[in-house]
Amino acid sequence: MEISELERMARQVRLRDLRAVYEAGAGHIGGEMSVIDVLTALYFRVLRIWPDQPKNPERDRFVLSKGHTACALYVTLAKRGFIPEEEISTFLKPHSRLNGHPNCNKVPGVETNTGPLGHGLPVAVGMAKAAKLSGAGYHTYVVTGDGEMQEGSNWEAIMAAAQFGLDNLTLIIDHNRFQQGAALADTNDIAPLRPKLEAFAWEVTEIDGNNMGEVVPALEHRGGRPHCIVAHTNKGHGISFMQDRVDWHHKVPNKEQYEIAVKELSEAL
Amino acid sequence: MNAPVNSPKLYDCRDAFAATLERLAAEDETIVAVCNDSVGSSKLGGFKEKFPDRLINVGIAEQNMVGVGAGLANGGRLPYVCGAAPFLTGRSLEQIKADIAYSNANVKLVGISSGMAYGELGPTHHSIEDFAWMRVLPNLPVIAPCDRIETAAAVEWAASYSGPCFLRLSRVGVPDLLPEGHKFELGKANLLRQGSDVTLIANGTLTHRMMKAAEILAERGINARVLNLATVRPIDEAAIIAAANETGAIVTAEEHSVFGGLGSAVAEVVVDHAPVPMKRLGVPGIFAPTGSAEFLLDEFGMAPSAIADAAEALIKRKQA
Repeated sequence: MEISELERMARQVRLRDLRAVYEAGAGHIGGEMSVIDVLTALYFRVLRIWPDQPKNPERDRFVLSKGHTACALYVTLAKRGFIPEEEISTFLKPHSRLNGHPNCNKVPGVETNTGPLGHGLPVAVGMAKAAKLSGAGYHTYVVTGDGEMQEGSNWEAIMAAAQFGLDNLTLIIDHNRFQQGAALADTNDIAPLRPKLEAFAWEVTEIDGNNMGEVVPALEHRGGRPHCIVAHTNKGHGISFMQDRVDWHHKVPNKEQYEIAVKELSEAL
Repeated sequence: MNAPVNSPKLYDCRDAFAATLERLAAEDETIVAVCNDSVGSSKLGGFKEKFPDRLINVGIAEQNMVGVGAGLANGGRLPYVCGAAPFLTGRSLEQIKADIAYSNANVKLVGISSGMAYGELGPTHHSIEDFAWMRVLPNLPVIAPCDRIETAAAVEWAASYSGPCFLRLSRVGVPDLLPEGHKFELGKANLLRQGSDVTLIANGTLTHRMMKAAEILAERGINARVLNLATVRPIDEAAIIAAANETGAIVTAEEHSVFGGLGSAVAEVVVDHAPVPMKRLGVPGIFAPTGSAEFLLDEFGMAPSAIADAAEALIKRKQA
């Protein structure tokens, strides 16, 4: 998919995500809007995947470590053909496969269960190491939140990835500068992230994570070391009144706000 | 079947674990060992020598170790994730819950030097909570072999079992109890001694103490049944219910806290299906004082003679 098509798809994912959160009355819309460009670029351009063969051993692996933004992943998986798009309307409903955090044993395309933060990167290191052992050609991608990088387990995994020489691993940090309760800077300010990752012998690229023209080449980059993309994003991206507002971490829009948001996202289509 | 109880030779079950894993790995190239710097204490030196690329040492980082195990399984490898039981289970409990059990990752967790094997090193290094922490998790069989034969059988069984499990191994020497060639069956108790007056149930390092206690009871005219219950989850309900109905009293003993372990698991079955008097022996809900595992087991009332006394007292309650 070309950049302009990816941009259009990202808008559609945002619209469907917004509706799902509005109808379910719950979700993590701010962090979903910030990460959707990365998800769209991965699923519609970068990942070698086969929706009809979700367990194909050669598939690229993707782990959404910030599992609380599951709804954005569900919408992306549906648009890509892993699950029926009409199933999105069951999000958070009793017995739906689509609960608040992704389940790999229920939802095709999900690789490992996430939700508690700091879990996805160690698992992704194991996936990339497995490819090194077996000679498989797949690449492993993992998305964490920036607040999530406060979890110590991530730094254990970062050290291991460098030690193991995992040039088949890409970490994308969704650096939207806000965590649940406050700004990153007012909580435990681990920014700037680049020097920290570089100190651990990773290659680091910084991009505007809501600019598809920067997202795609960064994801497609291959080097000789584990690669970290620090994706500078906006929480609530695409919806004016949500952007960079901490209260939209998991707030749900009312009817009037929903209609404004739909209008804003639709205008660009 | 009365198994031999006075075998003088004691074996470190880690040797059986290591030898079996090396044999399996020679046949199956997907088998990898993952460890946290603990190559020596997990007895993985031979594995490292034979399969250097397949020994994945993440350093002193247990949370990452368990997550890496889950990822290796996703990538088609068959990982045995090995570490000292207190750190493997305690430090990475959430990874075991989310990445292994909930994700149903085909990872074999091997807790080394469990119980109070690190006796004198103190309660930080004791793993007397792991039955409770592990057996509450869905999808995760919890297994504590009683001797080197059952250890080898369980390690081999784990490779063929499609799903995660937790193997709880000790380093404290134990005699042979099960016959050579014994096959491990998940969730099946082994009847080591038939009896009708009381049933003694244990696993791991306590099974042979139970056998000695049964000998002492026999001298006192009491016929004790002995069940080796390696699988704490899924538990052998039928064997426990039969023991309750046929012997009317059950004593459990474990190298674990009396809260939430083997005794608790047996009691859950007993109260639901066949209430009879029970006595649960174990670490009585305290941080243990200084001493070796053997000393501490005696200290906490699990010397064979003390077990026999507890059984005799329990039988009196049955008759009251």
